[in-house]
Amino acid sequence: MSKTFFSKTHEYVTVDGENAVIGISDFAQKALGNVVYVDMPEEGDEIEAGEDFGAVESVKAASDLIAPVSGEVIEINEALEENPRLVNEDCMANWIIKVKLSDPSQLDDLMDAEAYAAFCASEAAH
Amino acid sequence: MNNEYYGKLIFELSRSGRRGAAIPDAGCPQVDLPTHLTRAHTVNLPCVDEPTVVRHYTNMSTNNFGVDTGFYPLGSCTMKYNPKINDEVCAHHAMTRLHPAAPDESVQGALEAYWTLQRCLAEIGGMAEFTLNPFAGAHGELTGLMVIRAYHDSRGDKGRTKVIVPDSAHGTNPASAAVAGLKVVEVKSLPDGTVDVQALGALLDDSVAAVMMTNPNTAGIFESNVAEISEMVHKAGALMYYDGANLNPMLGIARPGDMGFDVMHINLHKTFSTPHGGGGPGSGPVGVCAGLEKFLPNPRVVKKADGSFAVTTSPDSLGSISATLGNFAVQLRALSYIMSLGNEGLCQAGPLATLNANYIKESLRDLYKLPIDRVCKHEFVFDGLIDKSTGVTTLNIAKRLLDYGFHAPTIYFPLLFHESLMIEPTETESKETLDSFIDAMRSIAREAATAPECLKEAPLTTPVRRPDDTAAALNPRVTWNDLKTSAQ
Amino acid sequence: MLERCGVRSIEELYADVPQQLRLKNGYALPAAKTEKEVRDFFDALGAKNKQLTCFAGGGFYHRYTPAVIPALLSRSEFLTSYTPYQPEISQGTLQYIFEYQSMMAELTGLEVSNASMYDGATATAEAMMMAAAATRKRDTVLVSATLSPAVRAVINTYARYHGVTVREIAADNGVTSLDDLRVKLAEGKVAGVILPQPNYFGIIEDLTGFAEEIHAAGALMIMNCIAADLAVLRSPGEWGADIAAGDAQSLGMPLHYGGPYLGFLCCTKPLIRKMPGRIVGATTDENDNRTFVLTLQAREQHIRRDKATSNICSNQGLMALHTAIYLSLLGPDGLKEVCDAGMNGAHYLADRLTATGKMTLAYPGKPFLNEFAMKCSFNVDNLLRLCLENEILGGIKIDASTILIAVTEMQTKAEIDKLVQLVATSNLE
Repeated sequence: MSKTFFSKTHEYVTVDGENAVIGISDFAQKALGNVVYVDMPEEGDEIEAGEDFGAVESVKAASDLIAPVSGEVIEINEALEENPRLVNEDCMANWIIKVKLSDPSQLDDLMDAEAYAAFCASEAAH
Repeated sequence: MNNEYYGKLIFELSRSGRRGAAIPDAGCPQVDLPTHLTRAHTVNLPCVDEPTVVRHYTNMSTNNFGVDTGFYPLGSCTMKYNPKINDEVCAHHAMTRLHPAAPDESVQGALEAYWTLQRCLAEIGGMAEFTLNPFAGAHGELTGLMVIRAYHDSRGDKGRTKVIVPDSAHGTNPASAAVAGLKVVEVKSLPDGTVDVQALGALLDDSVAAVMMTNPNTAGIFESNVAEISEMVHKAGALMYYDGANLNPMLGIARPGDMGFDVMHINLHKTFSTPHGGGGPGSGPVGVCAGLEKFLPNPRVVKKADGSFAVTTSPDSLGSISATLGNFAVQLRALSYIMSLGNEGLCQAGPLATLNANYIKESLRDLYKLPIDRVCKHEFVFDGLIDKSTGVTTLNIAKRLLDYGFHAPTIYFPLLFHESLMIEPTETESKETLDSFIDAMRSIAREAATAPECLKEAPLTTPVRRPDDTAAALNPRVTWNDLKTSAQ
Repeated sequence: MLERCGVRSIEELYADVPQQLRLKNGYALPAAKTEKEVRDFFDALGAKNKQLTCFAGGGFYHRYTPAVIPALLSRSEFLTSYTPYQPEISQGTLQYIFEYQSMMAELTGLEVSNASMYDGATATAEAMMMAAAATRKRDTVLVSATLSPAVRAVINTYARYHGVTVREIAADNGVTSLDDLRVKLAEGKVAGVILPQPNYFGIIEDLTGFAEEIHAAGALMIMNCIAADLAVLRSPGEWGADIAAGDAQSLGMPLHYGGPYLGFLCCTKPLIRKMPGRIVGATTDENDNRTFVLTLQAREQHIRRDKATSNICSNQGLMALHTAIYLSLLGPDGLKEVCDAGMNGAHYLADRLTATGKMTLAYPGKPFLNEFAMKCSFNVDNLLRLCLENEILGGIKIDASTILIAVTEMQTKAEIDKLVQLVATSNLE
């Protein structure tokens, strides 16, 4: 069974066994507006927690994708190359990359859905 | 004016067999090339006669706004009036026909112009030497950072890989640093927009190559601590870089070299009034303090002991950043500007630009939010309207200004505020122009209160309205060929 | 105005500039000049230049500029406008850039062009960085020894600071060695290969087989071209290149002692997001009118800062307008005539110089357009000095015994014959 975690930079990780998919949260896609391009890594790349692994672009903004966990990229969501707006339509279903986790303990540093909702509420208040 | 026929793309005006220019021909015997080296098909260029070309591009020009059309309150861009004499002297046939490889003795006038401008800029910047080779401000930044790296390398100081840039800096600063192979570290600004000296001090160590500053900064505030900062930076073994984008208000007031900067660039298309040309050509000369001259890019122009001028190279140079001595025609315009204004004119330019900016600021502060409430220099930042309840944004205000016949200010920059609206009037605008701009801004604030929905539809009177940027980015169509293909 | 600002003098507006930093007695600069005096000043400078019949090239050529071009370029709506960030009042600039992009894509045989770069050398250096960014984890670029030394010098500078390794592909009888290319590709980590067309010696290189080798090694093929020559030469797209870069000065731009010229940069569509600089795209506005906008801006420095594909902001906007007007006026036939006039003149001159018995083609049998290298039985300096005495810029010295000579539509047959006559009748030893 899968469980979803969130980072303070608005990425989510949905874990399923030793693999996980990473995408951007609903809060993030709304803040960014119409997504026109997703810059993704390649399969086989190593990503490191806290480092950027790509970017999501709208017309006049670009937001770095910050890895919430470390691991090896085992799949990228190729559908986003053709239609990046899928991220706006359903950001949870349209994850960006799938990784093999190298250190599952990093998940402890992330927020669960409830804590993340509270975090977003406080961000929006700023 | 937007004529339906001449306003089409030039390709749509093409009629087979027509042409607009005759080519001289010396009448030498015809030579043929081996076919495997030639194009399979003739180039598909438009076939149009001269009057069609002239009407097409003239029609197009009327859809453009320029400094000669009206006022540009464009922050950090210094859109001052471009005197016409400058265009005339640069188009002089005695200058336009010189080949860049011509021997020095045949281009003494050109070299003297180049050298004279180098010396004028060195005097204005308080620097020892200048190169005019960089083609634009960003190219100057890159060149300046290369000078800094060449300096550290020459001392065997190889560990200096970082550049410290304030978070209020132009995006070009970090981009230039990255191209120059340096890592960017941001230092936070204080609430008044100036550099946090303590935070900067904490970042200084032997991994720092340089600190890049814009002074006055992008909020139009003079960094009064600059001498103290220079001392700290030099003590740490790093160099000070001056981004000359905001040099204008310092004309006649203070020189970057005297503030402690070691390397600087100047945008001739800003401070020295060369026309922007819809995005170029610009020119980004780079100046250095004594001791760094030998690292400047090759080739250099020097004055020899006999009074003649020569093009030289230096073995210690960082290398070449251009195949020629830069955008010469732009340099000639800047020299013409300096000669026209002279010492007294240049010394008045800075203070008058500052007066104009403060006048606008004080005239609108009751309606627009002033996040940094102090005397500004040549520009200042509003954070949108004071009354945010109407939902009218900085973008709406900017677009509505187009209807009033003004260019928009710089918007959503600096990134210090959510609704940044950055205004720079320059010294070449009259009080009457400033007052009419102030009236327009006050009128827009009234509209925001009374008819906000209408404001959100702006602009209403421009040749095109509210282009679909998202469609353009999702499916880039960037050539006539793309348009034809997508229409099928 | 001072009263509104709450100060008694402008000086008070500078109270935050510490006294010890202040400029005390103005600049050591001349006094203001009237417009007439400025004119006289520049007339005097102009009189110190010598006007020469130009047989020098090396990438920059004396070309004919139709009168329409300066007339339209001086329209102040074009000349004095800012970067077209406000599309509603910049359709003039945006539309001519779109036309420029379309024409350059057509000339290079590639799908995409940007809005222009500074010059040919920096455009080629940017192409190198673009290749490194597009291929990732590869840090070597191979550059042909037959590429112009001035362009190579700029590539080397950018590469050294940016962290790219440049290796030279050897020349074999004046052209790029395919054998040496194979050897260097096999050593791995090659992001891109930069090849000239025509090359520094004026030779049109036969690049048959190059694209296949380069692509098999996973690298990008970059061609540095002279824009005007693409009217007749097999295009970079036809050779299989991924990127084309070079200088467009040859498209009728005044020599102006080095600038402004224009660097062009074109590529295949998959590479568009790695391309530096501004790009104009077509879209529609609210009323469904065709509209042009700056697009893919999120790649650029003002948004991506240190992660941008390049630091470039300014392009050579007005020179892109020059290019669009020039290519419109000449059309396909006129541009071909320009190339033919230069080529015919150059071959005529090369034949006549050879007939003097004092000079021979440096690479006999190699095809060339309007520029060629000649070996001399005398020191090149002697010829250049003699030419200068006769108001001729005789060419560019490659080494003591080799000279590079270019002909364009601007030299009359009498001027060509005069150069031949000088060589034939003078003692150059």
